[in-house]
Amino acid sequence: MKKFTTFNKLSIILGFSFLYIPIILLVIYSFNESRLVTVWAGFSTKWYGELLQNQGIVGAAVITLKVAFLASTLATILGTMAGFAMARFGHFRGRTLFNGMIYAPLVMPEVITGLSLLLMFVAISFNRGMWTITLAHTTFAMCYVAVVIQSRLTSFDRSIEEAAMDLGCTPLKTFFVITLPIIMPAVVSGWLLSFTLSLDDLVIASFTTGPGATTLPMKIYSMVRLGVTPEINAVSTIMVGLVASGVVVASFLHKRSEARIAKAEVMAGNAP
Amino acid sequence: MGGEVTKSRKVWAPWNEADAKPFVRIENVTKKFGSFTAIDNVTLDIYEREFFSLLGPSGCGKTTLLRMLAGFETPTSGRVIIDGEDMSTVPPHKRPVNMMFQSYALFPHMTVEQNIAFGLKQDRMAKDEITERVGKMLKLVRMEKMAKRKPDQLSGGQKQRVALARSLAKKPKILLLDEPLGALDKKLREETQFELVNIQETLGITFVIVTHDQEEAMTVSSRIAVMDHGYVAQIASPGEIYEYPNSRQVAEFIGDVNIIEGQITEIRSDSATIKIKGTDVPVETGRSVNATADEWVWVAIRPEKMIISLDAPKNGSINCIAGKVMDIGYLGKLSVYHVRMEDGQIIIVTQTNRMRETERTITWDDLVHVSWSPDAAVVLLS
Repeated sequence: MKKFTTFNKLSIILGFSFLYIPIILLVIYSFNESRLVTVWAGFSTKWYGELLQNQGIVGAAVITLKVAFLASTLATILGTMAGFAMARFGHFRGRTLFNGMIYAPLVMPEVITGLSLLLMFVAISFNRGMWTITLAHTTFAMCYVAVVIQSRLTSFDRSIEEAAMDLGCTPLKTFFVITLPIIMPAVVSGWLLSFTLSLDDLVIASFTTGPGATTLPMKIYSMVRLGVTPEINAVSTIMVGLVASGVVVASFLHKRSEARIAKAEVMAGNAP
Repeated sequence: MGGEVTKSRKVWAPWNEADAKPFVRIENVTKKFGSFTAIDNVTLDIYEREFFSLLGPSGCGKTTLLRMLAGFETPTSGRVIIDGEDMSTVPPHKRPVNMMFQSYALFPHMTVEQNIAFGLKQDRMAKDEITERVGKMLKLVRMEKMAKRKPDQLSGGQKQRVALARSLAKKPKILLLDEPLGALDKKLREETQFELVNIQETLGITFVIVTHDQEEAMTVSSRIAVMDHGYVAQIASPGEIYEYPNSRQVAEFIGDVNIIEGQITEIRSDSATIKIKGTDVPVETGRSVNATADEWVWVAIRPEKMIISLDAPKNGSINCIAGKVMDIGYLGKLSVYHVRMEDGQIIIVTQTNRMRETERTITWDDLVHVSWSPDAAVVLLS
């Protein structure tokens, strides 16, 4: 292993400070006794307690979690289907275009995604509210899931499925008892990714929301306009925790399944 | 040709019996992938309890043919009949055959036991029956102690055994094996070949195996179909394929062979005489030839059936070529001699080293005589 030079050390310290000092400050101040955000007055968890009393924040949190849960579940189902189709249906006319179109929403500016969804909901006179946010989140999260599933399936040994069918299992049942359990880590990692994406989305939610459906990021944003309070720090800290653990678990699952595939490939490679 | 095989005692060879009913019949089957023809009008019969090999270089269509028996491919034209039923378009999960995959294809999320029980569960077999059958299968492949392990905790040889047990658990009418020993090292492969034969004989199930390894095919098979470019070049027992190949291509694919061009001078009822190209050397064969006089043919002689000597043999006027030793390869139990004929063609002769190497009398640049008995030569028309 290479030794760290002073320069490398400095780069790492600088880079990580840049990324994480603001978040660490936020977390620290969420435990501040004082109501004044910039003055430290001792450790306390009282703001977390007060959060629970704040109907507005609790309501927004409930909606956010509902939306995130529904949207990520829907996105996982649709994304798995799309990823499966992309990985399995060999070469058909327009495959590259189709493939590109699945990835496109990943790089589409959120403002445009939000605006186009809003226009569509208005056009079909869909009452805006929690359900429109859910649908909007499903739309953009499913392409992440599709990408994850597709990459998992490209290294999938199809003879495992053939073996199941050969042993008397119908193709549909094979998908559920063989394919799905094997790609489960990828599915779960896709779900977690969608969940965290939905959890912290502000732009698309603002476009597609309606009366009575305020998500947590929207709530925080509107509260901040009246000044930062320790309550906001507390709720933000909780969100950071949730999102971070979601991403960490998702990438862990992904890494583990990739390591397993790598291991399997090495073993297969040893064969003459 | 059956005459040779059944000379002394009655040998099991249903393919030589006129009234024997084939168990599997591949009838005029063609398979095309786009413009590529993988299988070109193949017809072949496989009999019950046979250990049948599909042998050929990679890309010859042998795996496609096997996958057609399993149901993973459907023929573009022609029929696949298994035990009297047309199975051409029946999906894999409804066929009475099981397959052992080259990659073993064990279910990674199930234990050894669950893997073997999988097929039985699909048939909704009673639980205690499943347990009993799984136990029997584990015993058959000597994996009782590994029942609770997951596939990634097994070695290559153990995985191979589990895959075999899993594909045999349902007592299929036919077991299809796709390069079953390809991933094993040489020693283990040789041991396993005999074990496969034993299991096949014990269970009495028809085995169809795909392999590119000719030694493996020779060891295990009752009959071999030699395939190339989508067609079947020859179907016969291992001995017959080796001793009486029907074309240069089969002769060259199975083992080493010297092929010498010549012209027929005389055909008799039980033998023929051929003059080797560019010489006056006559070759006598132990069989008659289905050709006309003056026709150009090829004479195939296996290196180990030739004798190399410094002095001309007694009846040196026939089946004897003079040449010069160009190369000697010492392989321990064998020595390989490369002898150059007058016209420049190299003849390969192998001799068993009965004497110690130091006592070997033939050396480089010696003028030698290479001779063989009329039985050793096979005349090939194509």
